[in-house]
Amino acid sequence: MAEPAEVLDCRGQRCPLPVIALARRLPELAVGAVLRVLADDPAAANDIPAWCRLRGQEYDGSPAPDAYDVRRTA
Amino acid sequence: MVYLDAATATPLHPAARQALGAALDDGWADPGKLYGPARRARQLLDAARGATAEVLGCRPDELSFTPGGTAAVRAAVAGGLAGRNRVGRVFVHSAVEHSAVLDAAQAHASAGGEPVSVPVDRLGRVALDEWASAVATPGVALAALISASHEVGTTQPVAAAAEHCAGAGVPLLVDAAQSVGHAAVPDGWSLLTASARKWGGPPGVGLLAVRKGTRFEGPAAEPDAPDLPAVVAAAAALRAVATTARAEAVRLAALVDRIRATVVATVPDVEVVGDPVDRLPHIVTFSCLYVDGEALLHALDRRGFAVSSGSSCTSSTLRPSHVLEAMGVLSHGNVRVSLHGGTTEADVDRFLAELPDVVADLRAEAGVLGI
Repeated sequence: MAEPAEVLDCRGQRCPLPVIALARRLPELAVGAVLRVLADDPAAANDIPAWCRLRGQEYDGSPAPDAYDVRRTA
Repeated sequence: MVYLDAATATPLHPAARQALGAALDDGWADPGKLYGPARRARQLLDAARGATAEVLGCRPDELSFTPGGTAAVRAAVAGGLAGRNRVGRVFVHSAVEHSAVLDAAQAHASAGGEPVSVPVDRLGRVALDEWASAVATPGVALAALISASHEVGTTQPVAAAAEHCAGAGVPLLVDAAQSVGHAAVPDGWSLLTASARKWGGPPGVGLLAVRKGTRFEGPAAEPDAPDLPAVVAAAAALRAVATTARAEAVRLAALVDRIRATVVATVPDVEVVGDPVDRLPHIVTFSCLYVDGEALLHALDRRGFAVSSGSSCTSSTLRPSHVLEAMGVLSHGNVRVSLHGGTTEADVDRFLAELPDVVADLRAEAGVLGI
């Protein structure tokens, strides 16, 4: 598993806030970089992969509970 | 108020209102007693059962009136499982069943049973290959498949699923709560449940049909003294909507098509979910990226629109809808619009005219425009 370029701590935030934080930060990283989102809202497990699909970004899975890796592909 | 939450509860049909009044005058006696008013009550109950059974395509003696849809589901799952206890304790169901079925599955698990959930695809349709192998596994007592999703409208392949069940000798429970009164339910079920308030009957009336020959054990699903006026009203509403169902389905499906097309064209970053073709005529669901579902419901309510949502912030458990999760579609900013006989084209057009501003305002407030 790739080390993330950055970790975004969204624990304690309710959806859609973690997805919004992801959408704001990911485009600022280099293409190919991985952003790890920490989120404990139960909707994040569903909505982060769904956002990746809608936005054409790569969802790299959940390396740990409440952690979600997203790779910037575009 | 433009009421667009028929999948939760439909306004009382005029035929139900009329029948309710008449039955309150004429059907107040206990149908189990042996005197004139009781015989009259018994006649009304028998007539309601006959009319309802005819719409469902079953025999009157296969049909029970329960105190609501959830009670019907509970009785169906418990009775179906108990009836085949000697075969096994596995309960196969789709991942997108109504919470009443999932709660019954949980209760079964707590009692040492084994629920097996079969996944769905992105459109919310059950994976038939996995369904087929799940029901063919030894030890399956009962299988349950919702006729069509109450949250996204996708119609399930009930006929094909029923064939797999028949091949394996497993009885199939079809929860037809969203279909009865709106769309035909394919044959092949052993048990069927429905809920009167979804078709314009009063709340507190459910249906449980158990086909002759189905192994079923448990207390009678129908109370000794059912709420007769409500049952009579439910049957009257069902008979009325059944006669217009075909034309209404065409009318409502066209309105849903309009919603599907317009929302995508006028609201940026929106995902319309569920099958665009194989679906119920009256339900459509979409999710708006970066929008809080609860805020969206409140904003629509302030503008006079009543809709529902599968977003986690709108649920008491703060969990997103298990249906949206099973489909893997966006769960926040979710809106379910469900139409009924009283919904007009003008209602839908007003909703569509106001929705883009409502979403844009919420996004502006949250500072998420353009991300």
